Parts: sequence; C-alpha cells; structure tokens
Amino acid sequence: MDFDFLGQTLLLLLSGVPLLLQLAFFSIAAGAVLAVLLALMRLSGNPALDVCARSYVFVFRGTPLLVQIFLIYYGLGQFPEIRQSLLWPFLRQPYWCALLALTLNTAAYSSEIIRGGILSVPFGQIEAARACGMSRWLIFRRITVPQGLRVALPAYGNEIILMTRSTALASVITLMEVTGIASKIIAETFRAVEVFICAGAIYLVLNFAISRGIALLERRLSPQMRAPAASAGVPEPAR
Amino acid sequence: MTTAPANQPAVSARNLRKRFGALEVLKGLSLDAHEGDVISILGTSGSGKSTLLRCINMLDIPDEGEVLVAGEAIALRTGRGGRREPVDRAQVDRIRMQLAMVFQNFNLWSHMTVIENVIEAPVHVQKRPRVEAIAEAEALLDKVGIADKRNSYPAHLSGGQQQRAAIARALAMHPRVMLFDEPTSALDPELVGEVLRVMRTLAAEGRTMLVVTHETGFAREVSNRVIFLNQGVIEEEGRPAEVFAAPRSERLRQFLSSHLRA
Repeated sequence: MDFDFLGQTLLLLLSGVPLLLQLAFFSIAAGAVLAVLLALMRLSGNPALDVCARSYVFVFRGTPLLVQIFLIYYGLGQFPEIRQSLLWPFLRQPYWCALLALTLNTAAYSSEIIRGGILSVPFGQIEAARACGMSRWLIFRRITVPQGLRVALPAYGNEIILMTRSTALASVITLMEVTGIASKIIAETFRAVEVFICAGAIYLVLNFAISRGIALLERRLSPQMRAPAASAGVPEPAR
Repeated sequence: MTTAPANQPAVSARNLRKRFGALEVLKGLSLDAHEGDVISILGTSGSGKSTLLRCINMLDIPDEGEVLVAGEAIALRTGRGGRREPVDRAQVDRIRMQLAMVFQNFNLWSHMTVIENVIEAPVHVQKRPRVEAIAEAEALLDKVGIADKRNSYPAHLSGGQQQRAAIARALAMHPRVMLFDEPTSALDPELVGEVLRVMRTLAAEGRTMLVVTHETGFAREVSNRVIFLNQGVIEEEGRPAEVFAAPRSERLRQFLSSHLRA
C-alpha cells in the first residue's frame, strides 16, 4: 500500500467536500420546500393541482437523475427563450444546473415521503383540533407537522443520504466535487482503486455523520416513544 | 363563560338534515338546549345521535337547517358542486370554542403531554397567557383526578385517564356547552365509572351538556332531559323519570329493555 499516495489523494479529495456539501445542502433545502408544496397539492382535493403534482412526481421519479442533469445542462441552452432570459447567467453554469436537477429530483421523492407523513396523523386528532376552534393553518403547524415529521423522518433520512451520494453525478457536468476530483486524479495517475477507495471513505464518513444526526433528531422528536415519565408510576397500556 | 340572554337557548338546532350518499341520517331534527340543561341523547346505532352532535359543531355540515349558539346562527351556504359549506371559517372556529367536544376515542394529541394537550387551545386559539393557562390546566387535571399524570403522554395512560384528560382539555376552553360523543363507549367496563363520576360533577355544577350515550343509568340520574332518536328523527323526548318509567313508543320500549341493566 502506498500510504503517501493515499494521504495526498485524500487531501485533494477533501478539497471537494465543501462543494459536495453545498450541493447537497441547498438541493435538499430547496427540494424540501418544493416537496411540501407538491404534497399539499396532492392532498388539496383539487383535481387540477393533484394531477400537476402527480405528473411531476411521475416524470422526476421515472427518469434517471443522470438523464435529468444532462437534459438541464445541455438541453436548456437549446431554447433561445431561455438563453435570452434573466435566468441564463445562472443556467449556463454547471453549478446551478446541477443544483436545479438535484433539487427537482429530490422534491419528487420527498413530496411522497411528506404526503405519507401527513396522512399518517390520525384523523380523530385533526377533528379534535377542529372542534377546539383551531384554524387549518394552526392545525397544520401544531398537530400535523410535528406528528407527520416523526413518521416521515426515517424515510426522509434515507433521502438525505441518497442525495448526498447523488451529488457525485454533478461531476459529469464538470463540477469538481469529490467524485469529479477523483476522476481527474485517476486520469492523471491511472490508480482507480486507491482513489475511489479514498472517495468512498469520504462519502462513508459523511453519511455516517448524517445518519447519526438523523437518529438523534428522531429520538428528540419522539419523547412519547420513550419510557413514561418517572412520576407516571405503572401505567396501564391504553387501548 | 358568558351567559346567553334570558330565554335564548345556549344551543339551538333547527330542522337539521344530513345525508351520506343515499342514506339520510338526520331527517329534519330540532333541538334546544338551555343554560344548565343536561340532555342525554339515546338511540340505537345508526339512529343519527353522533351525526347530530357533529352537525352542531360543524364537524359534519348539515345539508339543511341551521345551528344557533347563544342566538348566533352559523352561516352556511351552498358552495361549488352543491356542497354545503361555512360562509366564514373564522366564525365556525370562534363558535366551536364555545362547543367543546369530548370524543369516543379521546383523540388526545399523541405528541403532547397531558398538560400540553390541555393548554393547547387556550394558548394558541384563545391567546391566553401561558402561565395562566398552565395554572388553570393544573387545577382542571386535579379536578378530573389525574394531576399526577400532567407530564405523561397519552400513550402511557389508561383509557379512563385519557378520557378524563380529554374532558379537562374541553373544560380549559371555558365552553358554553359541552358535547359528549359516546364518551364511555371505548372504555373497559371497570374504567367507565371514573369518567361518569367526572361528568356527574360537571352536571352538578350546572354546565350545559349534550351527551350521546348508551349509559341509561347516567341518562336517568344525571340528565334533566332525555331524547330518544330513531332513524334520524326524535322519536321520544322528555324528563328522564317519565321517559324511562313510561315509554310511549314501542321502539323506545324495545331499546330500554335491551339496555337497562337489572
């Protein structure tokens, strides 16, 4: 084993981590906002909104992310309207194209996760909130979101990890995040195994940290799943 | 709790009709509850008892008829697609605060502790100061006998304790009228008594209560009026002593013979 080479490679690859994290963070954040909107459209009961959201999810779940990245990066420039629009200074850059593709993709998956979370809240609890005179928005904020979030979190954690790894695909449109740098080093050294072991290790460490974070959050958000309060004595199980 | 003007019923339902698909559940039903009334609503399953209660606080929107709370009519209109809907959601929300409901399945919010359940509406809907709401909630929990469960989550309570917490949650809103929708039907027999005891206390305090129930003992001893529903209409109504001692209709006789315990 050439530890010198491994160490150097690791250092070089680490310089791609900030870009990786940026892509992951911003796409997940923007994707979450879009996902909530899509989930609400699906649950709105309005047929037009429902069909729009359904079609969106169908298209973005049904095609590979790689294809979506290529289409956005190479495809959008084909339209003069877009080339002349205010968005072109952004859309001509691979960074923004990758971010856009990642965002649109994760929004499709996340919207289904969020929809499942919202639907998991027992209807009786929603009715109880209504009977107390709570407005729709207050019910959503105080009852639906806190409970739905708990149900959605394990699946959503999966999605976060998936997205962190998917940023690797941004390397195909010249972005120098970890995988992009790895490809470049391999092209120069032809030492694919060592370089990809280093790159893989970086993703592994990142995702370990993320999954720990999600587990902690899950625990924090579910106090009712933990042992009853000490003062509760011996409770009879309900129902 | 403000009192309604004299002679004004606390709650008044006029000619309520409600159908679910082909099934007409309420067929033009009227009911007045004055301040201090404790009205037990009896009836076989499917007779429309729960629907009546749910139409009063608009959890189900009646197809026809109107509901007045302290003289204020809840404004309804026919929306797109022919469905009835409230004209002003804010009015419905405001009126619902005066009509606290206790459900068969308790419906406590499972992500909140007992005390958080009780202060939720006072703090977030009625905008009362949190400290004040907590102090009152503690007094209410004490009153229903579960002060020691204040920091427990609903899943860690027995059914009877959950229902008493739900009653405390309802009381915390200072409602004008309390609606009980089969409050003991989901409970094990040995837990029914503790909930009924709390409800007796409330009745003795002069609270206005509409109680859908199968507990004929409670109806007879606690309520001042009994209503027997059959197939969406009031089949018989009167003071419990009369209704139970001398039922006029054959259906009520049948019902009572199957529900009265020796």
